[in-house]
Amino acid sequence: MDLGYLILKNPARVHSFELPFGKAHVFYPELSDSRSAASLLLDIDSVALVRGRSQSAGEGSLDQYVNDRPYVSSSFLSVAISRVFGTAMGGRSKERQALADTVLEWTAVIAVAPCRGGERFIRALFEPLGYVVNAERHPLDESFPEWGDGFYYTIRLSGMQRLQDLLTHIYVLLPVLDAEKHYWVGDDEVEKLLRKGEGWLATHPEREAIAARYLRFDRRLTRDALARLADEDEPDPEAVEQARTSEEHEIEAPMQLWEHRIGAVLSALRAVDAKTVIDLGCGEGKLLKPLLQDRAFERVVGMDVSWRSLGIARRRLYMDQMPDAQRARIELIHGSLMYRDKRLEGFDAATVVEVIEHLDPPRLAAFERVLFECARPRAAIITTPNVEYNVRFATLPAAQLRHKDHRFEWSREEFSAWALGVAERFGYAVRFLPIGPEDSIVGAPTQMGVFTR
Amino acid sequence: MTLTIPELSLVVLIGPSGCGKSTFARKQFQPTEVLSSDFCRSLVSDDENDQSVTKEAFEVLHFVASKRLAAGKLTVVDATNVQPEARKPLVALARQFHVLPVAIVLNLSERVCADRNKARADRAFGPHVVRNQSQDLKRSLRQLEREGFRHVHILNTPEDVDAASIQRQPLWNNRKHEHGPFDIVGDVHGCFDELRELLTQLGYDIFHENGEYRVTPPDGRKAVFVGDLVDRGPAIPAVLQLVMSMVKSGAALCVPGNHDLKLVRKLKGRDVQITHGLAESLAQLEAEPPEFRETVCSFLDGLVSHYMFDDGRLVVAHAGMKEEMQGRGSGKVRDFALYGETTGETDEFGLPVRGNWAAEYRGKAMVVYGHTPVAEPEWLNRTINIDTGCVFGGKLTALRYPERELAYVPARKTYYEPARPFLQEEPALVPDLTAQQRHDELLDIEDVLGKRIVSTRLHRTVTIREENSAAALEVMSRFAANPKWLIYLPPTMSPPETSQKDSYLEYPTEAFSYYRHEGAASVLCEQKHMGSRAVVIVCRDEDAAKKHFGVIGEGIGICYTRTGRRFFSDRVLESAFLARVQRAVSTAGLWDELKSDWLCLDCELMPWSLKAQELLRRQYAPVGAAATAALPQALSLLEAGVSSSPEVIELNGLVGEFKERLELTRLYVDAYRRYCWAVNTLDDLRLAPFHLLASAGHVHVDKDHVWHMETLSRMCQSDPQFLLATPWRNVDLSDTSSEADATAWWESLTESGGEGMVVKPLSFVHKGRRDLAQPAVKCRGREYLRIIYGPEYTRAHHLTRLRQRALAGKRSLAIREFALGVESLERFVRCEPLRRVHECVFGVLALESEPVDPRL
Repeated sequence: MDLGYLILKNPARVHSFELPFGKAHVFYPELSDSRSAASLLLDIDSVALVRGRSQSAGEGSLDQYVNDRPYVSSSFLSVAISRVFGTAMGGRSKERQALADTVLEWTAVIAVAPCRGGERFIRALFEPLGYVVNAERHPLDESFPEWGDGFYYTIRLSGMQRLQDLLTHIYVLLPVLDAEKHYWVGDDEVEKLLRKGEGWLATHPEREAIAARYLRFDRRLTRDALARLADEDEPDPEAVEQARTSEEHEIEAPMQLWEHRIGAVLSALRAVDAKTVIDLGCGEGKLLKPLLQDRAFERVVGMDVSWRSLGIARRRLYMDQMPDAQRARIELIHGSLMYRDKRLEGFDAATVVEVIEHLDPPRLAAFERVLFECARPRAAIITTPNVEYNVRFATLPAAQLRHKDHRFEWSREEFSAWALGVAERFGYAVRFLPIGPEDSIVGAPTQMGVFTR
Repeated sequence: MTLTIPELSLVVLIGPSGCGKSTFARKQFQPTEVLSSDFCRSLVSDDENDQSVTKEAFEVLHFVASKRLAAGKLTVVDATNVQPEARKPLVALARQFHVLPVAIVLNLSERVCADRNKARADRAFGPHVVRNQSQDLKRSLRQLEREGFRHVHILNTPEDVDAASIQRQPLWNNRKHEHGPFDIVGDVHGCFDELRELLTQLGYDIFHENGEYRVTPPDGRKAVFVGDLVDRGPAIPAVLQLVMSMVKSGAALCVPGNHDLKLVRKLKGRDVQITHGLAESLAQLEAEPPEFRETVCSFLDGLVSHYMFDDGRLVVAHAGMKEEMQGRGSGKVRDFALYGETTGETDEFGLPVRGNWAAEYRGKAMVVYGHTPVAEPEWLNRTINIDTGCVFGGKLTALRYPERELAYVPARKTYYEPARPFLQEEPALVPDLTAQQRHDELLDIEDVLGKRIVSTRLHRTVTIREENSAAALEVMSRFAANPKWLIYLPPTMSPPETSQKDSYLEYPTEAFSYYRHEGAASVLCEQKHMGSRAVVIVCRDEDAAKKHFGVIGEGIGICYTRTGRRFFSDRVLESAFLARVQRAVSTAGLWDELKSDWLCLDCELMPWSLKAQELLRRQYAPVGAAATAALPQALSLLEAGVSSSPEVIELNGLVGEFKERLELTRLYVDAYRRYCWAVNTLDDLRLAPFHLLASAGHVHVDKDHVWHMETLSRMCQSDPQFLLATPWRNVDLSDTSSEADATAWWESLTESGGEGMVVKPLSFVHKGRRDLAQPAVKCRGREYLRIIYGPEYTRAHHLTRLRQRALAGKRSLAIREFALGVESLERFVRCEPLRRVHECVFGVLALESEPVDPRL
């Protein structure tokens, strides 16, 4: 019966609260001298959240009516805990302060929490804090087992805690469980959450994972023009693209393959004495940066098909703050390797670094003509993965490509057959160079062709 | 006094300050035609007398003048222009844009000018200014023609100035008022027999009496000769006689060829090399009386370099004509007409290497030309070369305009050996494709990037904003199939006005009243299938794919998504899929019925889960899973609360609420599950075609939807396992019982889980009260909408808010995309260059990236 005093909610009625995203109700399913239970029930108004988007520009909002948020315990619940149980979470109780300071036997049930990290991650979060954890997994759809497992859990935490610690732990760790987008009511909520971790977060073995999850909060929620064009099988191409690129990097990271690639391309550019360079498929500008730093390259142009990547490149190169002399040497253009383009003509060298494997094989013919017949640089440098090397990547499952958007990955033989054919058709000579540590059987992880005419 | 000037010219007014140029210009020309240096001074300095900004002012003047001349607008320069160095850049400007420079000199006495200046407060400069200007003018008067002015008019007194009136004369090449029909004849080169046969074949009656020809063209037609009547061939005088009499009687027009003018030079006694068959002309003309030679000389000398016909839709020139030169007059235009674009180099046969102006041609006018013999005339970017080398043993060709049909007469023999064997085509990069198809292997980014304005037959022009074309470029480049296949992308579809009926968001009543409002007598209701939109192109065989689509080695067709992406990544599955569609088309006899060996279908492909698997796994199933896991727990806690604290009455309310929510989420899970099933083989797929969009030479938007439904239903019957005939019904909008029946039908469809129906006006294109009506509106079922608006959207407090939805944006988008879609198909069946088709397809994709409520 003391529970009511601890959480300052009279068991004789249902306590309802208006929150920015809906309603919260507190009631007591069980009430006896030996054991009491209080429930915090959220009724999230998804319609208001979707419709309010235009006014509040992304924050505290949803972009889909069909959304799991009304049914799961997420950051919305954390916000509700702080609003509804704020005093208790602060460790204060008007009438039962001693009890509030006492370590008691508590059981907390989180009805449904999304956790893509699985039961292991749930345990890793709560067990170090002294809880006995029970996690029950719910199926995604029993009728379609081929869609894979579900990632919703009913989590039961038991342990000896002060009430304020129990509430704080749940308050901070709920959003961590959930790797999905977070819907904050305001920026300050994030800070409040992190402040609550003082004292225990610093020594938590998963502190890095916890912190990393919080850094995801700045992801843009607005759907932009590109997202609206997504096909049904790829709901959010940019997000998927980001995730995949980071996968590829994780696979290749241990050997710093990108560093090797840039080094090899720079040395090939210097070998052909290129003064003007166009980087086709420049992405976020990884190669443009070193090109810009070497004044031997008098003119540097980066082209990419992704408007967004060009924006990132612009920021990463600090193009808006560049001195005029440097600014005059660089240009970023939006373009495509599938269309003839006058702007690509007249360069000493063109670089096409890790790009061709993103083109559908039937469309390669168009790319070949755009580059070798129309743009016709004095030299062209093309790099692409060597698929033979994939067996050497510990983290890459067998027969899988390094990146989900790769339409193919070539063996050394396949690459050279293609490159020699292209060179012959368009009047170029080509030589091949390995990039990265060379293996005596499977070769180097990346292969490079240097075309000259 | 009448001053005659060409209708398109750069008129340079010349005269000292105070001579009345501005007054003259105001009187004789439109205000916007006159560019005055004083006005440009004030544009850059706020003071029209500020001499310190003269340089900047003239830069502005030249800039504006160049824009006007590029656009083909007569332009008048109102400045003193008394010094040669002021006039020189203007003459250069006129040459650059191939317009004629005209000088109008106001040569008034120094006295008159000085007096007028004195009367004006803002002209407080000394008398030396006008004196110097008058002296400059005097020195200029005689050299104006040498400077390049083709017309010089000098007005010597104020009376002359007052009496002058300007007469604008059309250029000789302007025959825009002649609409044809025409028969355009290629290089004749003295092949009289073939010419007579060809003209006869085209329906011209040719009489020869008293050494004269009398030619009667078939009803209203006129022949146009592309030049090179003379040299090389066997009967040059006869050809000249025939053509001259036809031109004289108005039965024909003729433009000059380079051979014709070289003959003129020789006949005029100039020193020219007797090569390339000129000897034959001279020998044959030698046998004619001298008067005939004189007539020939003056006839050929008087020919106009090229003609523009039919409101600018047709250009005929001997060697072709770039867009920026069409309908203009200058030495360069004449040279281009005679020799085409030459690079200055010669090939191994000693013949000039020609620039490829036709490959870069983007003009609207059709250009018909000759000059370089080709084995077969081929269309390329609306140009066609019809010199098929008759004199070299090829054939004599005529193009019928506007029919675009070719007529031939084979050469009776090889009259002259060509320097370069013209029948042996250059080895093509891709075998068997037409010149246009080869050209279309690669599209140019200039044809898609940036802000674009596309004209459509159905809906005027459609504007594509720059940011939207940027988004489309990315999707098109990263994911789309070979653009040669992409002849259509489906438009978006709007729902009807939101229903106010209890627990409904969409209901048939509003769809019917929409079309009634737009004046439609009846509509078709077609069951809406819930799968993924698919466009299917299927050809009779790979040869047809090559012939019509210019695609080689990519099978007999394609199935692609609403964004132009190949539907199947598995090529084996795709070809089996297409083979099955092809069989159904064959069985139904559609190839013969439509006289086509390809067709394009607008379809829905089931199951939804085939394409939407990712969406189902990431969004739809999780929402169901979370709700199914959470709500029973909430409910049992609430029920426990009721039993432990029955006095807390609010709990009962919550119990009721959560019971309802649980039921609604169960309905939601049922809703999405209906559209999902596992696909292991082709037999698990269902294709429901609902528009037979196009086949050879025809876009079937002129047929009503009943035709589409019935024709496609016959096709579906030949493979009912795989093809789904769409159930439909016709509704008479003036008959309430017909409407009630359809509504009941919709209710039964949707209550048993159907997505709903699509309501279309009977005719494919329905002109509404003001504009095009929506080509279709979708009326979606209550259960289906749970997967759009969320599981619980039918709860009253949700529904009231969801009813606030704005349809205008979606509707306008649907019409623009529909117009573009039909336009792209029409351009494709007209065999227009791919860039013209792609422009529309790209436009639909770009428009799809415009922000509209994705739930509509």
